[in-house]
Amino acid sequence: MKQAMTDPGLQSTGLADIQGRLLLIKIVVLIIVGLLVVRLWQLQVRDGTYYRNLAHDNRTRSILLHPVRGLIYDRNGMLLAKNVPSFNLYVQLSDVPDREALMGKLVELLSLDKSELNKKIQTPEMETPIRLKKGVSLKEAAIVESHRLDLPGVVIRPEFQRNNPQGVYAAHVLGYVGAASEEQLAREEFQGLPPGSVIGQYGVERIYERTLRGRAGRKLIEVDALGHEKHLISVDKPQVGHDVHLTLDFRLQKLAEDLLGEEAGAIVVLDPQTGELLALASRPSFDPNALSRGLRADEWNTILQDTRHPLTNRAIQGQYPPGSTFKIIMATAALETQAIGLTETVRCGGKFRFGNRTFRDWKKYGHGAVDLHKAITDSCDVYFYRLGDRMGVETIAAYAKQFGLGARTGIELPAEATGLVPTPEWKRQTQGEPWYPGETISVAIGQGAVTVTPLQMAKVIAMIGNNGRSVHPHVVRGIRERDGEWIQKWAPTPESALALRPPQLEAIQKALAAVVTEGTAPRARSSIVTIAGKTGTAQVVSLRHKSEEDTPKRFRDHAWFVAYAPFEHPRIAVAVLLEHMGHGGSAAAPLAKQLIEAYVSYGVDEKDGTQASRTFPSHKPMKQGTRVHG
Amino acid sequence: MGEQWSRGRGFDRFDWCFCGIILALSSIGVLTIYSVTVEGPGSQFPLYVKQAIWIGVGTLAFLVVSRIDYHALARWSYLLYGFAVLLLLFVLFSGKSSRGAQRWIALGPLAFQPSEFVKIPMLLVLAVYYASQPRRGWWYRVIVPALIALPGFILILKQPDLGSSLSFLSIYVTLLLAVGIKSKTLGAVLLSALMLFPFAWSELWGSLHDYQKERILSFVDPDYDPAGRGYQGLQSRIAVGSGQLIGKGFHGGTQTQFKFLPEGHTDFIFAVLAEEWGFLGGVLCLSLYLALLLLGLEIAAKAKDTLGALLAIGLVGMLTFNMAVNVGMTIGLAPIVGIPLPLLSYGGSATIMTMAALGLLFRVKRERLLLSA
Repeated sequence: MKQAMTDPGLQSTGLADIQGRLLLIKIVVLIIVGLLVVRLWQLQVRDGTYYRNLAHDNRTRSILLHPVRGLIYDRNGMLLAKNVPSFNLYVQLSDVPDREALMGKLVELLSLDKSELNKKIQTPEMETPIRLKKGVSLKEAAIVESHRLDLPGVVIRPEFQRNNPQGVYAAHVLGYVGAASEEQLAREEFQGLPPGSVIGQYGVERIYERTLRGRAGRKLIEVDALGHEKHLISVDKPQVGHDVHLTLDFRLQKLAEDLLGEEAGAIVVLDPQTGELLALASRPSFDPNALSRGLRADEWNTILQDTRHPLTNRAIQGQYPPGSTFKIIMATAALETQAIGLTETVRCGGKFRFGNRTFRDWKKYGHGAVDLHKAITDSCDVYFYRLGDRMGVETIAAYAKQFGLGARTGIELPAEATGLVPTPEWKRQTQGEPWYPGETISVAIGQGAVTVTPLQMAKVIAMIGNNGRSVHPHVVRGIRERDGEWIQKWAPTPESALALRPPQLEAIQKALAAVVTEGTAPRARSSIVTIAGKTGTAQVVSLRHKSEEDTPKRFRDHAWFVAYAPFEHPRIAVAVLLEHMGHGGSAAAPLAKQLIEAYVSYGVDEKDGTQASRTFPSHKPMKQGTRVHG
Repeated sequence: MGEQWSRGRGFDRFDWCFCGIILALSSIGVLTIYSVTVEGPGSQFPLYVKQAIWIGVGTLAFLVVSRIDYHALARWSYLLYGFAVLLLLFVLFSGKSSRGAQRWIALGPLAFQPSEFVKIPMLLVLAVYYASQPRRGWWYRVIVPALIALPGFILILKQPDLGSSLSFLSIYVTLLLAVGIKSKTLGAVLLSALMLFPFAWSELWGSLHDYQKERILSFVDPDYDPAGRGYQGLQSRIAVGSGQLIGKGFHGGTQTQFKFLPEGHTDFIFAVLAEEWGFLGGVLCLSLYLALLLLGLEIAAKAKDTLGALLAIGLVGMLTFNMAVNVGMTIGLAPIVGIPLPLLSYGGSATIMTMAALGLLFRVKRERLLLSA
C-alpha cells in the first residue's frame, strides 16, 4: 500500500473498469462529431443557396450615381448655371455599429455641430446614405480618409454643386436647387427619386427640372463590413441632363438689375417680334448660390421674414395698379368702339364730376381742350374719366383681356400672377357687392381694383409696337444636348392679333412717341433711337394733396414706364416698375432709355454683321397682313 | 527512469498516423490564418508566421513532455497545480487586461494565458487522485475532486474567461464519467444541482460580463437583432452556409475577407475553413479530429495503468469539448463562449498547451511499449 502511495500509477485497481467504459466514451465522441457533420450538411448543402444569397447581399451594395445637371446659357452662349465639384460627407447608418461613438469621433475630427448632426441621424432609414456635410474641404477629406477604420460607414463622395457663375444676376429667372423634401418626393413628378436628391426649387431650375436633371445611374460595388468599397461589379452610367438656352441677353439683364440697384422694382425687356425675354429683373434679389448650397434654418428664416420679400419675382408675381399706362388700353378700346373720335376734344378743367363725387386730374387747373394725342402725351386724367364713363367697365375689361391682362402670360416660370381686370361679375362673386359706377372712373386711369404685373405691361406695349399682333413672352429658346444637338426649340404659337384699324393704331403709336418728345417722359428721350412709351404713376394711397417728400416711402406711388423702340420697326419693348419711387416720367423713364440705348448699341457694336442685321433689319415691313380689319 | 528511446521499437504506423494528423491540422490552421490575415496591416511578423513559430515551440513542448515519465510528473502534480493556481491569482491582481478581460501575464514582449497552462496540472491532480486508491462513495468520487478543481475554475471564470473555465470543467466531468458514478450518485448530483441552480444561476449570471450575457442570449435567439447581439453568430452561419458543397476557394471567402465575420483567425477559424473549402473541407477537418480523438481513446484502452488511462481519457475529453464547442458555436449549435479550436486557432498559449497535452498523450502510449519491453 505504501508502494502504491508513492507510485500511484502502478496501482491498477479499476483499470479494467475504466477501460470498460471507453466504448461509451467512444460512442459519445462519435455522436458529437456526427452531430456537427449533420449540422454542417444542413447549413452548407441543404440551405447553402439561401446562405450564399445572404452573403451576396451582405457584400454588394447598389450606389446611386447622381447625373450631372444640365447647364443654363443666355442667348449669346454665356454660362449662367454650371456645376462645380464638391466633396460631400455621407454616412451609411446600416454600417454603423455605434452611432454615438461615431458622432463623437466626427465632431472631434471635423468640428461639426453636434446637435445638427444628431438631428440628421435620428432616422430609422437604413438603406440610403445620409449626407452629413456638404462642401467638405480637401483637408477635412484627407482627415476622414486617414481615419477610415475609426469611421465605419463614413464615405466622402465627390459630387457636383450647382453654381451660378454670375452670382445674384438673373437669380429669379434661374432659381436655385435643393434637396427634395419628403412632400416633394411623394409627388408623381418626382417618383423614383431617392431621398436626398437635389432638384430645382425655383425658377427655370424648377420648371425645367426633368430636362436638366438627366438620368441617374447605378453602380454595384462590393463592400467590406465597414462599408468601404472593395471592388466594382458593374456600372450603369448616369446620363447628363440637357442644357437649357435662355432668351435672356445677360448684358441687358445685368444692366437692368444694376439700374434697379437697391430699390424694389422690376424691369422686363422683351423682343416684341418673337416674345423672347431679353431681361427679366426683380429686386431685391437673393444669392442663388447660397440657397443651392443649402441654408441653415435661421438663415432661411431671415429670408422668409424679410419684409422686402427678396424671393418674390416682382416681374411676374408683383401685382400693381397700372396707373396711367392703362390709358393705352383705354385709348385703344375707345377708338375701336368709337366711344370717341380721333380729333374729338374733351375739355379738361382739372376736375371731373361724377354723381356727387369729384375726380381730380393730376394737373390742378387742367389741360384745357384735349384730343386723344394730347390726352396720351400729357396723360390727361379727365379725358380718360370721360371715356370710362362712355364705355362702361365691361367694354374696358373686354379690351384689357384682349391685351392679356387678368391672365397669365404663360411664361415658363413658377407662380406667375394673373393680375386683375375687375368686372361687376367679379365684384359680385368675390365681395358680394354691386359695382358702383364710380369705380369705372377709377379703373379708367388704371387705379381701383385693376392690377397688372410688369410682364403683362411689357406684353401690352409690345403688342402696340407690334401693330396688335399677339406676343407670347417666353424665357427659354430651346433645349440642347451636351453635344450640341437641339432637342426642342421654342415654336411660335399660331398668330392672332387684336382687331385694330390702322389709322387709329397709328395715332396711338404717334402719341406714345410724342410722350417722349413732348409729353410726360422727356427723360426717356434718346439721341440715337426713337422711343415710344407711356408713363404711369400708380397710387398706393390717396394722399395726393401732400408733396412727395412729406410722404413716408411705403405710401409713395409706384413709378411705371412702358416703352418700345425703335419707333419705326420695334425690336425691343420695356416695362419698368419702381416701387414707391413716385412719378414714372422722372424715375422709371430714364432706366428704360438706358436699356434701349444699350440694346441698340449691342446691335451696332456687334462684330458679326449677320448678328447685327438679325437684331435690326434694315427695313421691316410694318403693316403687312398683321392687321385684321374689324 | 533510465529508459532509453532505443528500448522502444521506434515509430510504428500508429505513431506516424498520430503525428501526421497533428501536422495536418496545424498546417490547415496556418494556411487558414494566412488566408484571412494576408491583406491585413503589414507587420514584420505576419500572424501566420507567428502561428508557425508557436507550432514549432509547441512541437518542442511535445517532444519534451513525451520524454518525461508521467509518473514523475504525477508525484509533483499537487505542487504544479498549486503553482498554476498562484499564477491565476497573480493574473487576477496584476495581469494584463484587454477588451475588458484580465487574462494575460506579460513576459517581456510576449504574453501568455495561465488559464491554458493550468489545465494539465489540474488533469494530473485529478488523475492521480482517482488512480492512487479506489475512491468509494459520492463524497470521495464527486465532491472532493470538485473541490480540488474549484479554485482554478473560479479564478478563470473571474478573469472572465467563460470558455476556458468550461473547458477546465470538462476535464473533471470526463474523468467523473470515466471512473463511473453509480446511477444513485448521478441522481443525487443531478438533484442537488437542480436545487442549487437558482442560487448558482444568480451567482454565475451575475459574475458574467455584459458581452458574455449577450452572447448567451443571442444563442437563444440569433435572428433577433442581426446588427447587434446575434451579429457574430449570424455572420458565422452565413459564412459557413455560403461555402456550400465545395466552398469559395482559398482566399475567396467574402464573409471573412470583407470582415463581416470578425475573429476569423482565432475563434471563428472553422467558419473561414468551411466558407472557403465548403462541406467537403469541413468534413475532412472534422474527420481528422475524429481520428485524433479515436487514437487518443485507443491509447487509453491500451494503457497499462489507471493513471495513464485517466490521463488519456481526460485529454481526449478536453480536446473533444474544445473542438465541439468551438465548431458548434460557428455553426449555431453552441453559444459563443470564446474557446479556440485546438491546433487551428491562432494563439500561442493554446497551441503550446495543446501540443504539450498531445505530448503527454503520446507518452502514455510510449509507456506501454516501455513497460512491455
